[in-house]
Amino acid sequence: MKERVWIQDEGIDRGAEKLTPERIEKTINAVLGNEAGARLKAYVETCAHCGLCAEACHFYMSRDKDPRFSPVGKVKQTIWEMLDKKGKVSVEFMKQAVQVAQTECNLCRRCVQYCPFGIDIAYMMSLVRRIAHKLEITPLYIQDTAHSHSATMNQMWVKDDEWIDALHWQEDEIREELPAARIPLDKEGAEIMYSVIGPEPKFRTQLIYQAAAIMNETGCDWTMPATPGWDNSDMAMYTGDSEMMGRLKRMHFDTAARLRVKKIVMGECGHAFRSVYDTGNRVLGWRMPPVPVIHALEFYWDLLNSGKLKVAKKFEEPVTFHDPCNVVRGRGLHEKAREVVRAFCTNLVEMYPNKEHNYCCAAGGGVINCGPPFKNARVEGNRIKAEQLRATGVKVCIAPCHNCHGGLEDIIHKYKLDIELKFLGEIIYDCMEKPNAV
Amino acid sequence: MQDIYLLVAGPLAWAAWAIFFLGSAYKIWSTLAVAKQKDQVLLNYVSFRYALRSIINWSIPFNTTNMRLHPVFTGVAFFFHIAFFVLLIFISAHQIMIEEGFGIGWVTLPDIVADILAFAVLGVCVFFAVRRVIRPEVNYVTDWTDYGLLALVTAPFLTGVLAYHQVGDYMTMVILHMLSAEILLVAIPFTRLSHMLLASLTRGYIGSEFGMVRHVNDW
Repeated sequence: MKERVWIQDEGIDRGAEKLTPERIEKTINAVLGNEAGARLKAYVETCAHCGLCAEACHFYMSRDKDPRFSPVGKVKQTIWEMLDKKGKVSVEFMKQAVQVAQTECNLCRRCVQYCPFGIDIAYMMSLVRRIAHKLEITPLYIQDTAHSHSATMNQMWVKDDEWIDALHWQEDEIREELPAARIPLDKEGAEIMYSVIGPEPKFRTQLIYQAAAIMNETGCDWTMPATPGWDNSDMAMYTGDSEMMGRLKRMHFDTAARLRVKKIVMGECGHAFRSVYDTGNRVLGWRMPPVPVIHALEFYWDLLNSGKLKVAKKFEEPVTFHDPCNVVRGRGLHEKAREVVRAFCTNLVEMYPNKEHNYCCAAGGGVINCGPPFKNARVEGNRIKAEQLRATGVKVCIAPCHNCHGGLEDIIHKYKLDIELKFLGEIIYDCMEKPNAV
Repeated sequence: MQDIYLLVAGPLAWAAWAIFFLGSAYKIWSTLAVAKQKDQVLLNYVSFRYALRSIINWSIPFNTTNMRLHPVFTGVAFFFHIAFFVLLIFISAHQIMIEEGFGIGWVTLPDIVADILAFAVLGVCVFFAVRRVIRPEVNYVTDWTDYGLLALVTAPFLTGVLAYHQVGDYMTMVILHMLSAEILLVAIPFTRLSHMLLASLTRGYIGSEFGMVRHVNDW
């Protein structure tokens, strides 16, 4: 096998300078011995080393089937070694382990569907990330994002007044087209709290505009919080910072409770949905989210099927649909999403494998958030997605997830695909009936 | 020789079965006990319905996506697991011992069928070993314990076939056959062969998560 190239990252390197073998041993054993329980034990003792998970992984498939990129190969390079040596591993080993777990696995859980025993390898990679977090060797860029979460309770260092300002700005904009439209701030007792991720007010404000258009034109009783708690995103979940994840989700749910809304509707984001719907509630001790959480895809479907959302014209150009892991493998929304796409688009060309067997965009799981040092490795690690996209022959790809947009954009650029990315809301906004428009 | 035979067929056999059953019970109990103590976040999501759904779907040959991606391995693996238990339960030589010991009996396999099955199982063991060597993704995660476990599983079949065909000293072969089977029994609860005991737990748990929380198939 070729020698592996390990990438230099300031966060990993500077953290590693402060590590001692004793600290590593103590931390590994604390996490694997105390925090992990029967699940890890059963997984390690059940795994038959059969390698059947390999082809589930886009990194493995894209890297010419290099076994070091197979799901079980990643476990071998991390958890097995830690358990075998009872935590007595070197600093160098930890630097490599964090790179494997944090940048070469998207926690997409596709391998879980391919393991005969249903072993959750994503869970084991999360444990490695947790260890890296406690050892302070998390990659620099994603750690900066986690710092933003803890300092501002949002992902992008958006200040409280900037947030409100961004919403007012979009309300001003939208009133040129829909004069009666509002973006109601902090409206207590509204039916819906609409929450978004930090990048929306920061650089994708048009998405807030489009969502506001859909809300207003379909007559929804909605509001957006004027206080921290508006951001549903969560990179702390992906760095293994469970404590911060808990704080974030608590603030999000508390905000919904303060506004006395009946449900939280979320924008088109995958990881945030995983955090609010699946992970964050658990860390806070709720079996299911205390306030019902509806992802945009399901919300559109509800609006369409209740007759509130009407199609004015069809999007004529052929489109393909990228299934984001966290709302498809994480919530089974693939069929509902397709119903909405078919209602608004004349020609949907599928890529295969698709639906719950989709290939990940390679950006998710916090991998794109590890930033420029890992960009080339990430894009090379998803050649298979580029091939999938190319095979459809279409020029428009709908990807209802922020991370997927980032990941697919890089792939489209690197593999020279002539494809434009769209959020589903963009197409709906363009093609829906707007009775109040001037 | 007779004494060794009596020891292997008598007290050692009882001991092996006892260790197997007690060890298995302990394995499952301890896994669930630790889960109860430390994995409440997991136990609260176990749904009998979705666990069963997952177990059933993964028990049907060629039913899951990955099984269809690996048709040869799937066929071989299903055959191996089924033949293992069929031979154990329905081979006439085992049947005679059970009848002598407990006075109960059931249908048996014709010897020729049993013989073919046993040879096929040996072939599968060779297949597993070769696969470990030549498939890079398997080889990468293989260490000596994998070959050791495979040898443990192969030994009773190899010695059984040799005894049946009276290759080598018959009595020695029968003793080795029983001994290797006893070692295998004892090994099951304490090695990765415990997937026999834990697979339904891991499968059932993830099936519950996929069915109840994520509303999606896990196959």
